[in-house]
Amino acid sequence: MTQLINDYLPLVIFLAVSGGIAGALMIAPFLIAYRNPDPEKVSAYECGFEAFDDARMNFDVRFYLVAILFIIFDLEIAFLFPWAVAFKDAGLYGFWAVMIFLGILTIGFAYEWRKGALEWD
Amino acid sequence: MSLMPLFFYLFSVLALASAVLVIVAKNPVHSVMFLIFAFFNAAGLFILLGAEFLAMVLVIVYVGAVAVLFLFVVMMLDVDFAELKSGFVKNAPVGLLVGGIVLAELALLFLAQDLGVSGQSVEAVADGIAAATAPVLPGEGLTGGAPVAGEVLTNTEALGRILYTKYAFFFEVAGLVLLVAMIGAIVLTLRHKDGVRRQSIAEQVARDPKTSLEVIKVAPGGAVIPTGDDAP
Repeated sequence: MTQLINDYLPLVIFLAVSGGIAGALMIAPFLIAYRNPDPEKVSAYECGFEAFDDARMNFDVRFYLVAILFIIFDLEIAFLFPWAVAFKDAGLYGFWAVMIFLGILTIGFAYEWRKGALEWD
Repeated sequence: MSLMPLFFYLFSVLALASAVLVIVAKNPVHSVMFLIFAFFNAAGLFILLGAEFLAMVLVIVYVGAVAVLFLFVVMMLDVDFAELKSGFVKNAPVGLLVGGIVLAELALLFLAQDLGVSGQSVEAVADGIAAATAPVLPGEGLTGGAPVAGEVLTNTEALGRILYTKYAFFFEVAGLVLLVAMIGAIVLTLRHKDGVRRQSIAEQVARDPKTSLEVIKVAPGGAVIPTGDDAP
């Protein structure tokens, strides 16, 4: 337990300091900034234009396909991290277990490639 | 150390508070932000348990990928949120029922543990998790590769020692689940537009003057009428 705290104390300090700085920068303008808005000042500036539509709109489902495929390969990589750390202990058995795992996902990758899911038409 | 309970309560309170805010926040984008915060706090709890690898994977996979996908959906999909909220009262009984069942299951699990009647499989799984996540103390054996006495294993290393040997079957099943997810995503969402001219390098390289050039003698005052593929 002491070991754990020693390991993560820098992280906790880092998070506390960064949170403190971010919070201070967000709150300070409310307290000390000079504010005197008028319609001209808050309107869109010269090069901008008035918004004429909502930013939310339907868009192509292919964006999600790319994101989902990214998540799947992200998970595949996450499964490989312990192997990299304990490569010697996993031994030959572990090596072939990982190779079968990678083979299964390579089938999926080949399918994806052949179907053209990686292409952007 | 009195610091551990302090951090435990800090993470738990923040996780529960942000989980409540996920539900009650008016703006769905804020809901997703609170969900990300809840994930972070869960990662903190994992670290307190000594499951550092799980904590980091939680941050990478859930915060880095899944939450971003949620944000994607919430920010970009053309969903009428007022309409979604209107179904709240109507669907509340169903939600309460499902939540109640899950709560009852959790309560049963804890009660069964207290009474010592939990099934062997549950205990075996718990043992496996404990073996995988607990830091191995000097002299303590492990099912995978037996560690030398005095050796301190990191969490990731302990996981690696058993994941690819003792739990290889489950590891391969995880691979199959990922394969199914990949194929399912492609089958459900992949639509090819017609009439798109893709680059085909092999075809382009294989072109030669014999197949791509045609010399046409045009009579003076005559015209060339395109035929076949060249027709506009």
